[in-house]
Amino acid sequence: MRVWKFGDDINTDVITPGRYTVTTDRKLLGKIAFIEYRPEFAKEVEEGDIIVAGNNFGCGSSREHSPVAIKAAGVSAVIAKTFARIFFRNSINIGLPLFVCEDTDKIDDGDDIEINIITGEVRNKTKSIVFKAKPLPEFMQRIVDKGGLVNFLRSDGYDNI
Amino acid sequence: MASTITEKILANASHQKEVVPGNYVVADLSYTMAHDSTAPLAIESFYKITDKVFDKDRVIIVFDHFFPAPTVAGATMHQKSRKFVMDQNLSGFFTNGVCHQLLVEKFISPGDVLVGADSHTCTEGALGAFTTGLGSTDIGGAMATGKCWFKVPESLKFILTGSTKKGVYAKDVILSIVRDVGAAGALYKACEFTGDYVKNESISSRLTLCNMVIEMGGKNGIIEVDQKTFDFLDRRKGKIFRSDKDAVYEDEYEIEVENIEPQVALPPVVDNVEPVSAVEGKHIDQAFLGTCTNGRLEDIEVATRILKGKKIARNVRFIVSPASEDIYFAAFKKGYLQDLVKAGATVCNSSCGPCIGRHEGVLCEGETCISSQNRNFTGRMGHPKAEIVLASPATVAASALAGKIVDPRDYI
Repeated sequence: MRVWKFGDDINTDVITPGRYTVTTDRKLLGKIAFIEYRPEFAKEVEEGDIIVAGNNFGCGSSREHSPVAIKAAGVSAVIAKTFARIFFRNSINIGLPLFVCEDTDKIDDGDDIEINIITGEVRNKTKSIVFKAKPLPEFMQRIVDKGGLVNFLRSDGYDNI
Repeated sequence: MASTITEKILANASHQKEVVPGNYVVADLSYTMAHDSTAPLAIESFYKITDKVFDKDRVIIVFDHFFPAPTVAGATMHQKSRKFVMDQNLSGFFTNGVCHQLLVEKFISPGDVLVGADSHTCTEGALGAFTTGLGSTDIGGAMATGKCWFKVPESLKFILTGSTKKGVYAKDVILSIVRDVGAAGALYKACEFTGDYVKNESISSRLTLCNMVIEMGGKNGIIEVDQKTFDFLDRRKGKIFRSDKDAVYEDEYEIEVENIEPQVALPPVVDNVEPVSAVEGKHIDQAFLGTCTNGRLEDIEVATRILKGKKIARNVRFIVSPASEDIYFAAFKKGYLQDLVKAGATVCNSSCGPCIGRHEGVLCEGETCISSQNRNFTGRMGHPKAEIVLASPATVAASALAGKIVDPRDYI
């Protein structure tokens, strides 16, 4: 899958500028992902592509529009050295898979990579190297396995934790 | 075992004797909050889970991000949230202030657990409560169940000692802390402020400190209650928790505030902080005084002291938004708003104002705004090629007067 590489501290105003988030229309949000920071992204991104970033990805506002826009644009996973806390929760809650991985410097923009969602194994096919991303904590994996928080609360609820 | 205030509040709310960092807990919530920008998505999630809120008196909706609606899209978002408020018969629905300020004035008590669909929900922790920002789906779940899961955070302790020099304020102190800690330096952590500086400062200044914890990645800001807190809370009692003397902190920062100068955060990130002298003379087009960071009465008072009887520079538009109706009225009663308007200010309704670039003063290409808000990200206040400089209310007011960025100490 094609990699879209980003640096450190990519904030929610960069992912989805506040002036464009006056909607809950997911299709529309998919079209505005990185609209000013990287205008070619929403036009060229293909289903299954992967975002790779440095530290503190998704910092800033609590707006869930940011992970929603990334997911709606077709991105299948985000790999970063660290994630901002609210972005991390929001992504888990809407079923956008995230992976924490210290080795994102070994991935460049445009590389072709694969990630095993169960084991966290990252295969950089362009560079012929393999490394590991951290799997999610068991508690969060349960939410992801249900497809997000809404389904988790409908089926399990907080009483069964 | 010894615990921090944050650990004690989370243990209490999750009905456990004690918790330690890394534990996952499900806590009972005192309140949930969403605003006009985040509520519609939260409502969509909510109705997929249930059709009745857990408590109509503890689910709060505030219109502050774009109120009154500046666009048809905004009005449509409001219509959706308003229907939810009516259908659920919520008692806490407001259009007269910034959400965090209203929560501080009307709801939060020590020991409370608040989740808000706004990242600056760390603000309210200045009253000795655990308060944190979440996204819309989390808030949808919270409105449905009255509960939320948390990972108990490690705590950082900021011991602030001494007093600031004239012309230096809590905003300058927190900006210098953000510079030292970095935009990700407190990721996932509880940030506890203590020391004689904090004790001597007003509730308003304490709120400013906690407000910007998120700009270091922090989960919550928190300050133990004291007599000032009780005086502010009036009849709200709550449950008092204090950190044990031997509580474990992941890191401690000892900061002597006396040496801090007026600070500015330069675009495009909040930890790009320099003393104001680094950019003295930089041209500005707009100055903004307001927001959950610095839109309170004492902020407006400082600005008025600088601007009373004078006129702002012709090249500047100066926008003021008192953070709540109570502050608006108090500032009016004291004559501050009249003085500011006479000096050339445009006073807006109590809301987020132009902070998020949706109304009441957006920037065009090439413009610079000096603002008392908390974020300077690219494109936040309008055009992506506009610049935002963050500073204290005094620096904002003095710069509005001079038409360029100046050191406020020369104007006080």
